[in-house]
Amino acid sequence: MVFTLRVPKQPDGVKPPLTGELPATALQSLASKTFGLYLHVPFCAKRCGYCDFNTYTATELGGFSQSDWSAQITTELQLAKKVLGGFPTIQTIFIGGGTPSLLPAADFEKVFRNISNHFAADIEITIEANPDSVTKSSLAQYLDIGINRISFGMQSSASKVLQLLDRTHNPSAVSSAVLTAAEVGFRDISLDLIYGTPGELDQDWLDSLTTATALPINHISAYALIVEAGTKFANQVNRGEIPMPDDDIAAARYLQAEEFLNQRNFHWYEISNWGVAGAACRHNQLYWDSANWWGAGAGAHSHIGGLRWWNERHPATWAQLLTAGHSPAAGQELLSTAQQFDEQVMLGIRQRKGLPVSLLPAATDLAELQAAGWIEPSALAQGQLVLTTAGRLMADRVTAEILR
Amino acid sequence: MYLKPIHANIRPVTNPKPGATKQAVLRNFSIIAHIDHGKSTLADRMLQLTGVVEARQMREQYLDRMDIERERGITIKSQAVRLPWVGRDGVDYVLNMIDTPGHVDFTYEVSRSLAACEGAVLLVDAAQGIEAQTLANLYLALANDMQIIPVLNKIDLPSAQPEKYAQEIAKIIGCDPADVLRVSAKTGEGVADLLHSIVELVPAPKGDPDAPARALIFDSVYDIYRGVVTYVRVVDGAIKSRERILMMSTHEAHELLEVGVISPEPTVAEGLVAGEVGYLITGVKDVRQSKVGDTVTLLNKPATHSLGGYQEPKPMVFSGLYPMDGSDYPALRDALDRLKLNDAALGYEPETSAALGFGFRCGFLGLLHLEIVRERLSREFNLDLISTAPNVIYRVQMDDGSELIVTNPSEYPNGKVGLVFEPMVRATVISPSEFIGAIMELCQSRRGNLLGMDYLSEDRVEMRYELPLAEIAFDFFDSLKSRTRGYASLDYEFTTEKSADLVKVDILLHGEPVDAFSAIVHKDKAYAYGVQMASKLRELIPRQQFEVPIQAAIGARIIARETIRAIRKDVLAKCYGGDITRKRKLLEKQKEGKKRMKMVGRVEVPQEAFIAALATSNGDAKTAKN
Repeated sequence: MVFTLRVPKQPDGVKPPLTGELPATALQSLASKTFGLYLHVPFCAKRCGYCDFNTYTATELGGFSQSDWSAQITTELQLAKKVLGGFPTIQTIFIGGGTPSLLPAADFEKVFRNISNHFAADIEITIEANPDSVTKSSLAQYLDIGINRISFGMQSSASKVLQLLDRTHNPSAVSSAVLTAAEVGFRDISLDLIYGTPGELDQDWLDSLTTATALPINHISAYALIVEAGTKFANQVNRGEIPMPDDDIAAARYLQAEEFLNQRNFHWYEISNWGVAGAACRHNQLYWDSANWWGAGAGAHSHIGGLRWWNERHPATWAQLLTAGHSPAAGQELLSTAQQFDEQVMLGIRQRKGLPVSLLPAATDLAELQAAGWIEPSALAQGQLVLTTAGRLMADRVTAEILR
Repeated sequence: MYLKPIHANIRPVTNPKPGATKQAVLRNFSIIAHIDHGKSTLADRMLQLTGVVEARQMREQYLDRMDIERERGITIKSQAVRLPWVGRDGVDYVLNMIDTPGHVDFTYEVSRSLAACEGAVLLVDAAQGIEAQTLANLYLALANDMQIIPVLNKIDLPSAQPEKYAQEIAKIIGCDPADVLRVSAKTGEGVADLLHSIVELVPAPKGDPDAPARALIFDSVYDIYRGVVTYVRVVDGAIKSRERILMMSTHEAHELLEVGVISPEPTVAEGLVAGEVGYLITGVKDVRQSKVGDTVTLLNKPATHSLGGYQEPKPMVFSGLYPMDGSDYPALRDALDRLKLNDAALGYEPETSAALGFGFRCGFLGLLHLEIVRERLSREFNLDLISTAPNVIYRVQMDDGSELIVTNPSEYPNGKVGLVFEPMVRATVISPSEFIGAIMELCQSRRGNLLGMDYLSEDRVEMRYELPLAEIAFDFFDSLKSRTRGYASLDYEFTTEKSADLVKVDILLHGEPVDAFSAIVHKDKAYAYGVQMASKLRELIPRQQFEVPIQAAIGARIIARETIRAIRKDVLAKCYGGDITRKRKLLEKQKEGKKRMKMVGRVEVPQEAFIAALATSNGDAKTAKN
């Protein structure tokens, strides 16, 4: 049988040096900015129809094996240590995928072994997990090696929605996985939800929110379904088999979620993220604050002091470069001051803490944004631009207005 | 293409000099052909065979100079080439080949080119037969009493049907099928025989060499180094270098800086005598000072009567041209000024559109003329343009007896309109007879009136229709081609104007009329236009922060309505480490797009929406080419 490798696109950029070395300006930021690690696990038992993440089923791996993962990640982290001139204190680690819970705790333990001396005392280590692929003992082992936060892909409690999304799990699997995680000792548990799937009703969404918040969790990420080009879902939409998700419905669901979650003490700290007090994901905030992180693994993105780069997407290509002693980076871009400013606005505006008004371009028409009902008058009075609920639904437009 | 050397005319050239050539050895001819029937290739082969261009210098289609012409395979500006040729009788002859423009919009220029000749080669593709365009020009030539030499080209093609099409031609011009020559311009086969036939069949000019000079201007071309180059056929008398000439229609006098012939590069001569064809350079900078159809005489010894037949070019089709980027307006003006130097028929005046900003309302001879100008503006001057839907010229009589000419729907009066007159054309369609039904259906849907129909051969038919120009100005030719699988050909000529039940349909966006979308249409089609435009715009205009009604209206009466719902969500849910670069790039692209937004009242309309809305049904505003 012949399998074609599915290699999704990365942004356009310039070719990074094979040595992986970083410009001095980037390195200078290490002293002042928070530092984290992202570890990408590019494996899935099955690809979900809507997903455009960099992940591969066993037949798509083309010569790379799951058992090579920890060794190759360790190699990349050694390169990181070398080009960074030693690791700064690691504040957060996020193990994302793919399906990280396909790997045993021992694999992560091997990776941590070489870097744990750089861990901050209060380090946050998150793992993404599929409710189907965890057991009481695997969860206990994750906790045992230092993983202290877990995020389950729940998506929905409606089986018809899960079916359309191509998810393998049964709605009840989520509850049992969360309860087990809590039972073995996880204090920080998050659920990922998706709304606006064609066919989903208001009541389905309400049920999902109810089910989620009834569990011992302290964090929810909820995303409107996006049709990503090249996915099975996009093809189905193009062929007319599934209707395009409706923006108006997505907007209504968002408002529904905001109201429902607020009543249960989950408050937004980023457009798609809600948590109880103190439960915000520190790792994700690092992205939105343009702090420093090294993304290790196939296709992972990194950012150090205004330099963004991304690795070769296919695990086999990524591993070959590392084995040859090279950097696995495929492309990079050194951001101009103007680009850094654009990103600061674009990312800052998505957060509850907002942006200082003093930072905005003088031409920003705050009166107009306020008249549209998109920014909080009370925050504005204190010199901070913070989006209202309606404004969050228009965040990209507000960003464009500010940066026009 | 590799060309075999051809040595049919190897005797040393002892050809008569320009300015001293007797009329008896002169033969002036042009070639009448449909595009793609091989006129340019035949002309190339004649240049090569007569020895004026060597094979190694041969460039495909030597005479079509402009890039656009070469690319589209059409000839816009005619030129005249002097060719030496030794007849079968051993006499040195001079053949002047006068190239004719190949499109309906340039009928007047064709008629002047033909008037400069005594004979015409009727060139027909042996695989396709005669086309409507060719027929129209053939009738022009016959009306001028010209000698016609019928020729079938492309006889080397496997699909050639020379017997069938020789019969067809014989029937049309009333000759014997055996008299139809057969050539392959591609291989050169039969071309020498054709040159001999021209010598033997085309009459020599019969002007009066001693009369006051009279020369017909059949083309006038602006050259950036030399100014206007005027192509003339001397009918009577002689014109010598350094003389002062007089344009008989304008009464303007110019000094002749240079006289010459093209063979095929310009060659300076002492002068031109009766019967000869050549060029004049006077140093004028604008083709309007040297008009096609005018008669040139000498200031000191002027002729009393012009050669007649002069007409001012009259624009029939109008369109607004607007720069995409408003700051390109001065560049557009400069470009039009430049094009005008070389195009006496191009008219334009500044126009302001509420929706499109500053631009020009331009008048054209017809649809191809419009298309050529637009393409030259984009290609030679690098201008990104929006052009409004082409419209024709209307004469509107008001109830109070006043009258106005409307060349832009936005000028259409709102008051008490009495009669509205629109230009009509007489259209000729030639097609395989199996498509008669489809063609009739199309012409009827375009308010056509069948004037007559004739079979050219067993399975080919010529249909004549009277149609409003406005009905063929949009996508008629494309529809005709698609209904006849590309087989039909179309020609039309302006006839008269007729009154019709016309109304102006306005399109309102959030209550504001968008001038660029207004159209003058027949009353029976107003509703369809309104519905189609409103639903097109609903698809094309992005959702705004408020609900935007789109209405089509005749005066104050709303005939169609669509609504663009207010936008509720403009945010991408996810934005993690790997999304940031992609998201920033999207934002950068949006910033660029913002510059291409036009404000209509409070509504932001992307320029792409204007272009798409103004385009024809096949998604492209391109007009008929035939």
